[in-house]
This record gives sequence, structure tokens and C-alpha cells, in this order.
Amino acid sequence: MSELDELYQSLILDHNRAPRNYHALDDATAHAEGRNPLCGDSYEIWLRLDGNTVADAAFLGQGCAISKASASMMTQAIKGRTVAEARALFDAFHQLVAGSGRAEALPAKLRVFQGVRAFPIRVKCATLSWHAMKEALDRSGSPA
Amino acid sequence: MAATLAVRSGVPWDVARVRADFPILERRIRERPLVYLDNAATAQKPAAVIEAIARYYRSGNANVHRGVHALSQEATLEYERVRELAARFLGAGSAGEIVFTAGTTAALNLVAQSYGGQILRPGDEILVTEMEHHSNLVPWHLVAERSGARIKAVPVTESGGLELDVLERLLTSGNVRIVAVTHASNVIGAINPINAIAAMAHAAGAVIVVDGAQSAPHLRVDVAAMDCDFFACSSHKLYGPTGIGLLYGKRALLEAMPPWQGGGGMIREVQLERSSYAPPPERFEAGTPPIAEVVGLGAALDYLLQWDWDALVAYEQDLAAAAVRKLARIPGLRILGEGADRVSVLSVVLDGIHAHDAGTVLDTEGIAVRAGHHCAQPLMRRFGVPATLRVSLGAYNTHDEIDALVGGLRRVREVLG
Repeated sequence: MSELDELYQSLILDHNRAPRNYHALDDATAHAEGRNPLCGDSYEIWLRLDGNTVADAAFLGQGCAISKASASMMTQAIKGRTVAEARALFDAFHQLVAGSGRAEALPAKLRVFQGVRAFPIRVKCATLSWHAMKEALDRSGSPA
Repeated sequence: MAATLAVRSGVPWDVARVRADFPILERRIRERPLVYLDNAATAQKPAAVIEAIARYYRSGNANVHRGVHALSQEATLEYERVRELAARFLGAGSAGEIVFTAGTTAALNLVAQSYGGQILRPGDEILVTEMEHHSNLVPWHLVAERSGARIKAVPVTESGGLELDVLERLLTSGNVRIVAVTHASNVIGAINPINAIAAMAHAAGAVIVVDGAQSAPHLRVDVAAMDCDFFACSSHKLYGPTGIGLLYGKRALLEAMPPWQGGGGMIREVQLERSSYAPPPERFEAGTPPIAEVVGLGAALDYLLQWDWDALVAYEQDLAAAAVRKLARIPGLRILGEGADRVSVLSVVLDGIHAHDAGTVLDTEGIAVRAGHHCAQPLMRRFGVPATLRVSLGAYNTHDEIDALVGGLRRVREVLG
């Protein structure tokens, strides 16, 4: 597979075309925006926390295929997890795309983002919504 | 206006010869020849510029204006020679109307802070346009906040021109002091009729500040003929080094303006409690200037002044027209402000494909374009797009490279669907 095909795998293109959990969350308990002022990508993330669990997650926004697919798959990945697990996923995902982490630390689906490593300028696209998710957790007062 | 641009020259532009002057064009990116279509961001440098900078540091380095020794005198002579060259290049009446700045952004900030800061009062108005680069908006926002002046904007038409009747109407308020307008859009390439806008501004008692960053590399600039009060441009888009730019200002305006930054080199006399200032342009050049960059700019201007600009303009216009024609045939592709008279800069959007993804695919083909909002968020909003893919062509680009771009965009569709 070429670096390009690895970056734009069919799973990523599918989530870009038909993003999951792509709506606002009326009963959200945590919310944050992720903006990249350099490129104009912009997302809103909503979380509904039930005790220590991320009971629901959703997003809206616009940006490139990498950022949108990443947001979409992130909402799927953290739903039903504990806050601590969501934070651990953030760290593992960040390390995967930034080039130092092992893919095994992540659920299989999220490993498709390993292709971002070959395009360092796109790391910020892949992590934009993840940073917003972390900020939403921080702001909600959830344990670090 | 297109007719006046398509000046036919006797001798056609020799693009192969120009390409040979730019060492970087031999580079390969991901095993393909570099196709550099990002000239509006920064242009590549001819060997003459690269060598002039190296030669200066190797055998000519000294500070200017203050030394009695041979090297300092040489550096000073060269520094002031470049000011003369810049005046010639821009059509200024004298070198005393040319201020060296860090770039277009610094030049526009200088005018906003010094000229704007001095004259603006609460209720005064500054006119900008919807197609300005952030660097011709934010400096005005800053001075407006401090002075109580208000900003009003001239809209852009669907075809990429300015609503000149709105401009005319805004000028009738009697409160407009400054009209800040770009000569050519950094996003869609549209050329604005500066002569006409300057006449309208002057009739209303306002000065006109022209952002020439994108026009100076493509058009024969004549600040005197345009009758603009201020004109700003950057060396690095003119095939020269980064870190240096030019501000042209009418002599009488510069003389009445207070200093922008204080320091060495801009003073007449300094006491402990107060100082008096040197005349322009030195008044606006505090501290050790970027001397090597000025030397490099001098080499670039020497190079540009040898060019047959009629041939260059005809060539770039032909290249841009071919790009528009060939790109417009790609299904699902839209050219913003397609009908505009333009310098060789244009922006496209692809149905269902974000500019960044397209830019990444093109990069793997060795094609360098820019994807994003191009520091022109109001214009993005005007056209209802989050980002565009910008193609900007320079003196060394070829028709083959346009074809490579068209092929690259086909690959974009294959990869991203």
C-alpha cells in the first residue's frame, strides 16, 4: 500500500462521507470546541457523562477527511468507556499518530490512523477533535 | 482591463532560460520533479540572490551608517543603492519615499500605527474590502480600537470584483480618512482598479493604502501613475529573501508622520528625557536593519529589472488563462471569481473534497499548492467555503506544469472519491 492509500483508507473515507454521531447533544454535560486557526478546521464535541462513564458522545463541524473521520471514530470509541479509559485512549491515539506509540494500544479501528505518521503536517488534523474531547472532560471537572 | 494586461511583446518569454536561474527547480519531491505552484506564499530564489547573500556574509559583512571603516562604507553604499533600485522598481519619485520594513505586514502596521494613530479620531472611518488579507485588516482593527475610528467594508461580487458603487457611497459619509485595499487578491488573484479607487478616495479627502504583495511580482507597478499614498510589498514574493519588504509613502505624508519604533539610527538628537527624530526614511528604520536581506533584495531587483516585463505579463496571463480553461473542465470543480481580471493566482474548490486532502494528494505527485483560508477568512465567508486550493504561478512555471496539476487533480478524485 502506498503512503497515500494508507492515509486515505476506505474506513476513513467512509467516516468522512457519512460521519457517525454527527449531531448536537441536547442533554450534554460536557462540551468543547476544537479549532485550528491555521487551516480553519472547526469542530464542536458534546459528551454526556453519567458518573464516571461517557454515556454518549457526538460532534458537528467542518474540516478535512482526516479530521472529520477522526472525530467520528473517536465518538464511537469513547462511548460507554470510563472517563479514565477515554483519557487513556487520547494518549494512545496521540502517540500513534505522532509516531512514538504502538498501534496495539488502540482498538483495531483506530489503528487506521497510523498512516498519518508519514504526513507530519496532518497530525493536527487527526488529533483536533481528541484535544476538544479532552478539554471537555477537563472542563467538566472529571478526574484527570 | 484584460486588454491592457495582455500587452504583446516583440520577444516571447524564455521560460527555459528563467528556470535555469532557479537551482531549487532541479529538486525532486517523492521521486517526481517539483511542480511549484505556491508562488503567492513565497517565490523561489534565483542563484544570483542566493550568491549575493553568501558573498555579503563571506566578504562584505558590516553594519551600515555608523562605521568609518571600508566594510561599513561598502555596506552602506549597497544598502542605499538598493533603496534607489526599489524606487525605480515601484515608480517612486525618489529613494526618500522608500522605507525598508520586515515585509508587507510590517509596512501596513507601520502605516496604521504611525499615520493612522496620528490622524484618526472617534467617528472617523477606515474603508477596507472583503478580499483583504488579514494583514490589511488586523492592523486597522488595532488602530481603530485605540482611536475610536470605525471600520467599514466594501463587498466583493460573485465574479470577484469590488462593489465600486458601494465604495463610492461609503465615501460620501465625509468621515472616511483611509481606504485600505489590495492591488491583487492573494486568494482569487483579482486585480483592483487602483487608479480609479485612488481618485475616488482623494476626492473624498481620504488617503489610499495599497497592499501590493500579490501585484508587485506580476504587474509593472507605478505608484506615481496610480497616485497611491502608500504601497507595501514583500521581497520574498519578488524572488528575493524573506525578512525584508518595502513601504512606499508620498514624501509629504512620511515627513508628517511620527516614528513607529524608537532606537538607534532613527534619531537626530537624544537627551535623557527626550529626543528628536531623523527625517524619513531613516525615521522609520530603528535598529540595525536586515542588511543581508536588503543585499539579497538588491540582487532580486537587479534581476527583475533586466526582465522584459511586457513579455512576462503576457506569458503569465496566458498561463493563468490556460489554467482556468483546463481546470474548469474538471467535473465538480469551481473556480472562485472565475471571470475576474487576475494576476496568475487562482482558487478552486472541489465538490465533497476538502482542500487539505486534495493538497496532500497533490503533494505526493510532487505538486506544491496551498490549501486553507489563505489568511482571508472574510473572503472565505463571502464565497461560503471553509478553504480553497490555491494555485499561484510565477515567472518559471510552464504549461506542462498546468497539465501535471490537471493530472494530479484527477488522482485526487481517484483517491478521495
